[in-house]
Amino acid sequence: MTARVFEVFRRERAGAPMQHAGSVAAPDQRFAEIYAREQYGRRGESDALWLVPRDAVDEIDDFVDEFDLKYRRVDGYSLKERLREARELAGPAPRAETGDA
Amino acid sequence: MRERVDLLLELADDELLLGWRNSEWTGIAPFLEEDVAFSSIAQNEIGHARALYELAARELGTDPDTLAFDRSPDEYRSAPLVELRRLEWARTIARHWLYETADAIRLETLRASDDPELAGIAAKMDREEVYHRIHAEMWVDRLLGSGEGRPRLGEALDELWPYALGVLDDDLRPELARRVEGKLGRALPAVETIGRGRHGADLTDLLDEMTSVRRTAPAGARW
Repeated sequence: MTARVFEVFRRERAGAPMQHAGSVAAPDQRFAEIYAREQYGRRGESDALWLVPRDAVDEIDDFVDEFDLKYRRVDGYSLKERLREARELAGPAPRAETGDA
Repeated sequence: MRERVDLLLELADDELLLGWRNSEWTGIAPFLEEDVAFSSIAQNEIGHARALYELAARELGTDPDTLAFDRSPDEYRSAPLVELRRLEWARTIARHWLYETADAIRLETLRASDDPELAGIAAKMDREEVYHRIHAEMWVDRLLGSGEGRPRLGEALDELWPYALGVLDDDLRPELARRVEGKLGRALPAVETIGRGRHGADLTDLLDEMTSVRRTAPAGARW
């Protein structure tokens, strides 16, 4: 069998986002539909499926970050070090004012 | 006219035994996705059998497991088609498609029955059988469109045709021939029907295997 690979996305319930579930290999779209149904829908785990031939997927996997712009990254950057530096610069914290005013 | 309970047992036995036979492909189907799909179809058939045995058991004052496992081979009312051991893919697909096509005709008549319980269960089964038919038909189309598959499927269909007729009552057989011939675009051989009421050695072997756990389990074991 010459198989085509189809990526399967599933939605748990109406309104939820479609999420990648896995893939099926099948001779054509008709087979893929049945296989996706059986593999990703028969336990009542899905409310809808999307079936996408893998060769229709436009993949992008080259990302540049030459200047280390950490603040743009999803993992962000640690504030701990910055806070320590800021505290040293500012000197000891002022005493809390006791209110005679 | 036969009793309602006999009709229920015919259906239940067909579904149980075909489910069992189809499950013999689990782990060794032509490829992984098909293995999952065909096993799932087998599970559906066995689920249908359970629902039908439950109805029959209520009428007979027994329980579904007793009906499924504790009868002697000659008490099974299944059509010989579902009993055959066919561990070869073209024959498996031929039987699957012939059975699903016959079953569709049978379910259509049951859905129109005046018996609401029978009509209800037929409608419920049919909602799953739709996918079995799609599965069977896509395989038939695929094999018919292949140089190797076409003759192999054709040979298997000719061989199984007398058995396929035996799934249905007399009056429904012409409709089966019409649908099968329509799809194949050729006439099927004129044959004598191999119908219910006779069983071969394949059934005895199947029942031996199917009931082995139940027979060896200690009395009172619960599942």
